[in-house]
Amino acid sequence: MAEAIATPPAREAATEKTSLITGSEAIAIACQLADVDVITAYPIRPYDTVMQYVSKLVANGEMDCEYIVAEGEHSQFEVVKHACACGARVFTGSSGVGWMYAMEALTVTPALRIPVVAMVGNRALDDPGAFGVEHNDALAVRDLGWQLVWVDTAQEALDTALIAYRVAEDRRVFLPCAISCDGAFLTHSQGIVKVPDQAKVKQFLPAYDRGDLLLHPDNPITVAPQANEDWLMEIRRQTAAAMERSPQVIREAYASFEKIFGRSYGNPFFEEYMTDDADIVLVGMGTLSMPVKVTIRQLRAEGKKVGFVRMRWFRPFAAEELAKSLGRFKAVGVIDRDFSLGAPYSSGVLATEVRAAMYGAGAQQPVIGFIAGLGGREVTVPDVRRMSEIISAAAEGKRQPPTQWIGLRE
Amino acid sequence: MGRLYAVEVVYRGIFQKTLAKNITRAIVLAAHRDGKHGISFGRYGDSPERNGIPAKAFAIVGDDEVTLEEGMAKYEPKEVDVTICVDDTLCKGVESWAWYGLQPINRLTKPGGTLIVTSLETPERLIEMSHRKDTPYKLAIIKAAASFSGLWVYKDDHTDARILGAVARVLPELFSLGSLQETLKEENPKTGELLAVSAQKQFDRTSTVGVAAGEGNTEVPYTFEMPKWTEMREGIAIPGIPAGAAIKDPVTGEVGGFQPERNPTFKKYLTRTMRPVVDFEKCIKCELCWIACPDSCFDVTPEKLYDANMAACCGCGVCEAICPVEKCITMVNETAFTDNASQWQAFRKDAPAYKSWLVTVIENRPDRSHGFRYRGQYEEQIKQEVSHG
Repeated sequence: MAEAIATPPAREAATEKTSLITGSEAIAIACQLADVDVITAYPIRPYDTVMQYVSKLVANGEMDCEYIVAEGEHSQFEVVKHACACGARVFTGSSGVGWMYAMEALTVTPALRIPVVAMVGNRALDDPGAFGVEHNDALAVRDLGWQLVWVDTAQEALDTALIAYRVAEDRRVFLPCAISCDGAFLTHSQGIVKVPDQAKVKQFLPAYDRGDLLLHPDNPITVAPQANEDWLMEIRRQTAAAMERSPQVIREAYASFEKIFGRSYGNPFFEEYMTDDADIVLVGMGTLSMPVKVTIRQLRAEGKKVGFVRMRWFRPFAAEELAKSLGRFKAVGVIDRDFSLGAPYSSGVLATEVRAAMYGAGAQQPVIGFIAGLGGREVTVPDVRRMSEIISAAAEGKRQPPTQWIGLRE
Repeated sequence: MGRLYAVEVVYRGIFQKTLAKNITRAIVLAAHRDGKHGISFGRYGDSPERNGIPAKAFAIVGDDEVTLEEGMAKYEPKEVDVTICVDDTLCKGVESWAWYGLQPINRLTKPGGTLIVTSLETPERLIEMSHRKDTPYKLAIIKAAASFSGLWVYKDDHTDARILGAVARVLPELFSLGSLQETLKEENPKTGELLAVSAQKQFDRTSTVGVAAGEGNTEVPYTFEMPKWTEMREGIAIPGIPAGAAIKDPVTGEVGGFQPERNPTFKKYLTRTMRPVVDFEKCIKCELCWIACPDSCFDVTPEKLYDANMAACCGCGVCEAICPVEKCITMVNETAFTDNASQWQAFRKDAPAYKSWLVTVIENRPDRSHGFRYRGQYEEQIKQEVSHG
């Protein structure tokens, strides 16, 4: 099938160069650098921008891969699942209800131990039809064996995509990984990105070796036979064990990344910002870090010791490390760009998880949940100030409602 | 903390999306050469894939990364140093697909900032079209029709390079002409040298005129209040638009025909670059325009004539194409008009005066590259464009 591409495969970049690109373009370039074999696509905003950049790379002869436009998201994810079972390095992605339309394919992938790497351009779920960011799309698979990571900048998107391949395709893990990029704020914003050298990427990213699980005539196996109650618990436990091994593989991947590319992300699981002497902290995921960091700098200038913890990896969830970190502060505020209706204390998904993590570590600090920035609404500096005030009051022992909506017209 | 710069490009989807992106991108890259940090992005709520829809792209630049972060912590900037308008009909206002209402072209332009317009019109005409502001600003005109540069097979007419040259002139702190020329050469290996010359020429010839506070279009843009969550109907249900009513003849008082009620807070007419003018005396009342109009913009008069309602017309030209009578409906560049008044009312009040207005407006209609009216028009206009540039 490769004859269809007339021009020679991927040009190798001589040295690291800087480029003005969007988060989506960064992901597409990561696919090029990782020499992905099979890419499937189906348009939905904001993910479709990745699809556009990938198709451009393929059309220009700068990328040698099978680029398949499927007839819907379900097929899109099924095709890469099968290709990946046959030993192909794969990439795909979607957004919002497109991701949900692929749900059945998403559920079957982890148990088969297939390291699909996908990009989720986070988008509000319909109805109403809205383009803006909410995290509920990617979070819908949080219980299923998908590794989930949220990125903040185009640079981090590119780097994390490379790391995602390294982690997902590690034999100890063999689980799919979805990289979440906030719609608009990351997918459609151009920033200056350092594009790594191809030779270094080869050094960092070993070839995908499926070993005894390779679906190939030379290795006759059957994948996914019918299995009922006398098998299923053991199968689930195997998948769980893979997820339990993932944190160590993630640590190794980040350490190796730093060594080869000279760029350090510190703690792989979460980024801490001005937490060293902080009294209170806010916790959140994705690009809302920008207004939060700007506000924290202002608050610091006023003598208020506020810090920020930005979660990167949501699955696996680094509960112990996070609880240890958050245990240092007098109160914690968790900003959810998602909702979990009917959840404990009516909180969002992240707040509920943070409380669970802290309870396990015996922490007693108040944890206040905030629902903010839904549907792409801007999380403003005054919004962050208000959240900070609420957390400060909680730290002083003044009881606060456990969940509050911020930036709502009320 | 350093200085923050913001530039917006107001353009029409889909034709000018690449042009707008090329401009904001080059701004960031040129400023980067001068040691600044920046990002460029399109306004996400817009739907620039739609034909003619007003949309925006931004370049935000800071002297340092912290300053840039301050500026990026917003959906769109609250004010800009320079507003670039690449289609002069947008001076009448910007109504995005997203529900922001009607925004004056200069809404974000800082006090003392500059509005750069590509246009063949006079400064007086553009100021007359643009909504008045409480603070003074400057206007610079780049002599050119609305450009499709960057779109598919259309020729690169150097509109982007010329606009960037003008930006270097009106806001020299953002990037130098030299940095811009280097950027153009690096980004465009084949045409960069020529683009650099175009940038230089426009840099040299750009001048601005002052627009005083209060000068300009006196129309008050329509506004609306967003309801609180407790005030909204549940289930994402919104009230329908009422059916409409009969029309009254301004002379005889006769009541008849039908005018549909229209959405008062989403009018869409700023998508229009050309409008139909109707010679009612030629109308044979076949009602094809009324049937074909995708926006139901025609009001039916008591005597069963069809009056294109300018608060609802998107300027698609389907009516002109389908009308079986020669020169009954004619599309005319939107810059020729100052209001959205009913043509039929004017016709009824004074038919001979209306007829002479009609002839004048058609004969004097300004050219535009958007909405080609016959095969080969584009090729003819290239020559003019070259002479402008």
